[in-house]
Amino acid sequence: MKITRADVEHVAKLARLELTEEEAATFTGQMDAILAYVEKLNELDTAGIVPTAHAVPMENAFREDVATPSIGIDNALANAPSRVDGFFRVPKVIE
Amino acid sequence: MELYELTIHELHEKLKRKEVSSVEATQALLARIEATEPKVGAFITVTADEALAAAGEADKRIAAGTMDVLTGIPVALKDIFLTKGVKTTCGSKILANFVPPYDATSWERLRERGAVLVGKLNQDEFAMGSSCESSAYGSTKNPWDLACIPGGSSGGSAAAIAARQATATLGTDTGGSIRQPASHCGCVGLKPTYGRVSRYGVIAYASSLDQVGPVTRDVRDAAIMLGAVAGHDPKDSTSVDRPVPDYTKALVPDVKGLTVGLPREYHIPGLDADVKKAMDGAIETYRQLGAEFVDISLPHTDYAVATYYLIATAEASSNLARYDGVRFGHRTAEAGGLMEMYVKSRSEGFGAEVKRRVMLGTYALSSGYYDAYYLKAQKVRTLIMHDFLKAFETVDVILTPVAPTPAFRIGEKVNDPLQMYLSDIFTIPVNLAGTCAVSVPAGLSKSGLPIGLQLVGKPFGEESIIKAAYSFEQATEWHKQKAVL
Repeated sequence: MKITRADVEHVAKLARLELTEEEAATFTGQMDAILAYVEKLNELDTAGIVPTAHAVPMENAFREDVATPSIGIDNALANAPSRVDGFFRVPKVIE
Repeated sequence: MELYELTIHELHEKLKRKEVSSVEATQALLARIEATEPKVGAFITVTADEALAAAGEADKRIAAGTMDVLTGIPVALKDIFLTKGVKTTCGSKILANFVPPYDATSWERLRERGAVLVGKLNQDEFAMGSSCESSAYGSTKNPWDLACIPGGSSGGSAAAIAARQATATLGTDTGGSIRQPASHCGCVGLKPTYGRVSRYGVIAYASSLDQVGPVTRDVRDAAIMLGAVAGHDPKDSTSVDRPVPDYTKALVPDVKGLTVGLPREYHIPGLDADVKKAMDGAIETYRQLGAEFVDISLPHTDYAVATYYLIATAEASSNLARYDGVRFGHRTAEAGGLMEMYVKSRSEGFGAEVKRRVMLGTYALSSGYYDAYYLKAQKVRTLIMHDFLKAFETVDVILTPVAPTPAFRIGEKVNDPLQMYLSDIFTIPVNLAGTCAVSVPAGLSKSGLPIGLQLVGKPFGEESIIKAAYSFEQATEWHKQKAVL
């Protein structure tokens, strides 16, 4: 499958990225080469093979639901690019 | 022998006998960092003042007779580990000013034992790379040849050991990021079994593959560091609740009767002649020590890199969605609305390799392509995992090269991502299988660059690879070779 410039722009939009002209051009060629390479997986018949999401077999990890101290509001907000009172501040959401 | 050259266990003996203080050792390392950093560039942040204060505390603990083997030992961490109060960038511009409010569990465990943090080490941006060239903070140089890459993504962790700038370091390994730089810099690098070490507070790249491990001067140090960081952590639900053995008990030079598998698929056309020579030498050494060799097959090896670059990028595209300029990290100065803020903050903050991988992963997960790419890759991952489990029915460990070539030159592969990805062919399958492996110095190329061998163990078989690695190390002189700066 050939990756087009339009595919790259669509994926960039999904990934919340804005590409420069140069990046879009470079990525089109590179993604095409990489995706052509991964096509080799289709040489394998994987019918009936269970997919692996996790290498170590484990069940759900449960623990007691006990309240413990957290890092607190000041620590949580310490790296905020913008804050107001006890909140993260962001630009206008509704346009 | 200078203080900055000592291993953990050697420095520990000196500290214990009060021949030297932790402050003196830390000062020696800090002076070494200052002298060699202009050439090597292994550090993003050097924490000199904090280190000397921590060393002073360690000396009190030593005086009080409550020391641990790591008390007073100067260590450095890949900049992917959260360190409370110390800037943590993950090699990215998007985290240029990020100061974590808490510690990674692995660092917390070292710190509680009295280890002294001398700084944070360079890496490929978000651990995406094999050369340290994708760091937003410049390339680290290989101390053995400053024109060459140190490997990646934990390039700083390995370069700092080779340049004797830290007594031991921690790195992370998602597709070879501990073992490959350790091999290129002549160090020992151990990637534990997935789940052996907590990932809490380690900035996520590909969560089903990421694992924390040590980069050290010798195998004994790797065993010490692994024992310190391993074990269940309630804060990481994927960390496995099983006892942590005393890995130093596995430091016995004895491979008599050990069955070593040699995978025939690892004889690839691109294998460098010096690497092949080093492997042949290693096999001969093991044979003389009494190990037995068996030819084995890992039939799906050729599909590992493709599988990895779908799974890792898919997980990365999801993990890196959190960098949106809201709670931490870079926020654009130009945002009018919320969506524009997300897009501009990310586009300004991420470098080219990160964008490329996020794009690939987003594509592999996108509507209409999920089954063809991501699900297909997860199925092939099962086949790769079964290859290893089947092999381990007949062998104790598997011996392979770490990388097909010694360290390549800075800039050599930077414009060809696929070639860069293919250099991880021998390390990636181990992450997909979730098992453990160690890189040990096993030779030098004609041009004097280190070459490592890889020993792969069964899941949670760290003791067997430590024993096999130690046996080789004790029988050879490769780990005593030093980079001249």
